[in-house]
Amino acid sequence: MPDSKETLLEVNNIEVIYNHVILVLKGVSLNVPKGGITALLGGNGAGKTTTLKAISNLLHSERGEVTKGSVIYRGEPVHHLSPEALVKKGVVQVMEGRHCFEHLTIEENLLTGAYTRRDGGAAVAADLEMVYTYFPRLKERRKSQAGYTSGGEQQMCAIGRALMSRPETILLDEPSMGLAPQLVEEIFTIVKNLNENEGVSFLLAEQNTNVALRFAHQGYILESGRVVMEGPAAELRENPDVKEFYLGMSDEGRKSFRDVRSYRRRKRWLA
Amino acid sequence: MSADFLYGIEVVLNGLMAGVLYALVALGFVLIFKASGIFNFAQGVMALFAALTLVGIMEGQVPFAHLINAVFGTNIHHFGWQVPAILAIFLTVLVMIAFAWAVQHFVFRHLVGQEPIILFMATIGLAYFLEGVGDLMWGSSIRTLALGLPQGGSLWVEEMTNGLGGDDFYGFFIDKLDMVATLVALVLVAGLVAFAQYTKQGRAMRAVADDHQAALSVGISLSYIWVLVWSLAGIVALVAGVMWGAKSGVQFSLSLIALKALPVLMLGGFTSIPGAIVGGMIIGVGEKLFEYTIGAPYLGGATENWFAYMLALVFLVFRPQGLFGERIIERV
Ligand SMILES: Nc1ncnc2c1ncn2[C@@H]1O[C@H](COP(=O)(O)OP(=O)(O)OP(=O)(O)O)[C@@H](O)[C@H]1O
Ligand SMILES: [Mg+2]
Repeated sequence: MPDSKETLLEVNNIEVIYNHVILVLKGVSLNVPKGGITALLGGNGAGKTTTLKAISNLLHSERGEVTKGSVIYRGEPVHHLSPEALVKKGVVQVMEGRHCFEHLTIEENLLTGAYTRRDGGAAVAADLEMVYTYFPRLKERRKSQAGYTSGGEQQMCAIGRALMSRPETILLDEPSMGLAPQLVEEIFTIVKNLNENEGVSFLLAEQNTNVALRFAHQGYILESGRVVMEGPAAELRENPDVKEFYLGMSDEGRKSFRDVRSYRRRKRWLA
Repeated sequence: MSADFLYGIEVVLNGLMAGVLYALVALGFVLIFKASGIFNFAQGVMALFAALTLVGIMEGQVPFAHLINAVFGTNIHHFGWQVPAILAIFLTVLVMIAFAWAVQHFVFRHLVGQEPIILFMATIGLAYFLEGVGDLMWGSSIRTLALGLPQGGSLWVEEMTNGLGGDDFYGFFIDKLDMVATLVALVLVAGLVAFAQYTKQGRAMRAVADDHQAALSVGISLSYIWVLVWSLAGIVALVAGVMWGAKSGVQFSLSLIALKALPVLMLGGFTSIPGAIVGGMIIGVGEKLFEYTIGAPYLGGATENWFAYMLALVFLVFRPQGLFGERIIERV
């Protein structure tokens, strides 16, 4: 658990609209403390990816737009910045589905991560070694075209590539997607190590609530573009709603999903 | 060796050299298409414009002279100086870079995320616009390019190879200009490949070609890379324009070399640099050899106008992605 409670990234009540008409985020607020792992949870289409892209400013190329609210990084509004400027400020996104450059080798992929850096070849080479110590598999495959490596290796490549920008914060979108449980475990363990040893803060979007809440310090649960629950990870893990709907366990046997949810939701909103 | 066979080889050699020029033009297309998915219809006009600009600068012509004279009632045409070739080439490159920037800034920046067909339409507009600007800047008369490139057949090659055949063979006839063009093209291609392969910007260029979103996410500026590829395409166009222009004068028909590059692209694939080169060679050699063996004796000649398209069409039917069309990597 991070000691300092200094807030690094603050998302205030943002609204996102795609194609001028599709309202996807309906006022999302969250805080990412320095040195922590913050999980952003929710099912398909809840708006996790949209939230991350709103922060990293990758929405523009998808015809999406933040129409309300603000994103503050280290006390400065950043929602007008280009993705490039944001990477220079230390915020980098690892996109859902990895998005490695498939015709580039693993090593070339990693080097593109250092594109915005101006601190010289030696520093970049040192960081390349650092990435290889966290991901020894990447070192073995460094001459292979990324498109021909396994899904797990591509996920590692994508995270390694982000690390090469020397980020302070990584927005990590669904790293578990399509990976075997053992590999998911391996990747989350590396994320934890990076967090503890390199001091990188993470905002982690995941459908895999179980794993995410084991590794995160705190979490937010998103449903249809709204934050419906938030708190320390340990508390969320024990919350009966979370247990039932996101962790797939229930004390009282199976009930009609919709009934229970709307009832509890109402309770939550009225409370 | 029989003289016929040796003349056949000569045809192949000449075809290879013509192919190099086709390859150069095709290369301009590939660069832009790979990085941005834009099929740049204006590539041929860019070659014309670049060559015109080079001639204009070298001759110390006042750009937009006609316009200036019409507006201000002056009568100026020349600055009265000659610019040395090297300096003129350098200035022309700067003009092409400025053009690349303008294209990105005034046109494609506003078309991000549009359908490919719309981008294509934009390049058609661009082609005619550039043609007009070229006319307005430098006039529309036929110009000769006095770069001092060697002309005529190479006596040296002729003499060296004279003894190969019997009495009927007088040695290979090879145009010196073609030899220079081939050499320059080889250097240019080697330079481009080295740039793409071993430099940071080149790597970024390939990254953008692979995945725009991912490139953005690591902080690569797409518009910067696009200005870069349009500049490179402009430089390639300049080289193609110079070589072609030195051969047959700098005039409007130069912009039609783009049409020669199309079958090359169909053959080599739109995304492959080696494809453009090998495709250019195949088309160059193919059309010359076809003309020599079948076209001239049996079909009344002039088959070079359509042979390339025929070949490309046949090829397309069997291998739509082209000879070297980038392999689509299929796995999760
Ligand atoms: N480019 C787009 N244009 C229009 N609608 C979009 C676009 N991208 C996402 N959406 C919509 O926004 C909503 C939220 O999508 P988002 O990708 O943020 O969800 P998510 O929580 O990341 O889901 P998943 O877990 O499946 O990745 C969905 O309903 C989706 O259909
Ligand atoms: Mg998502």
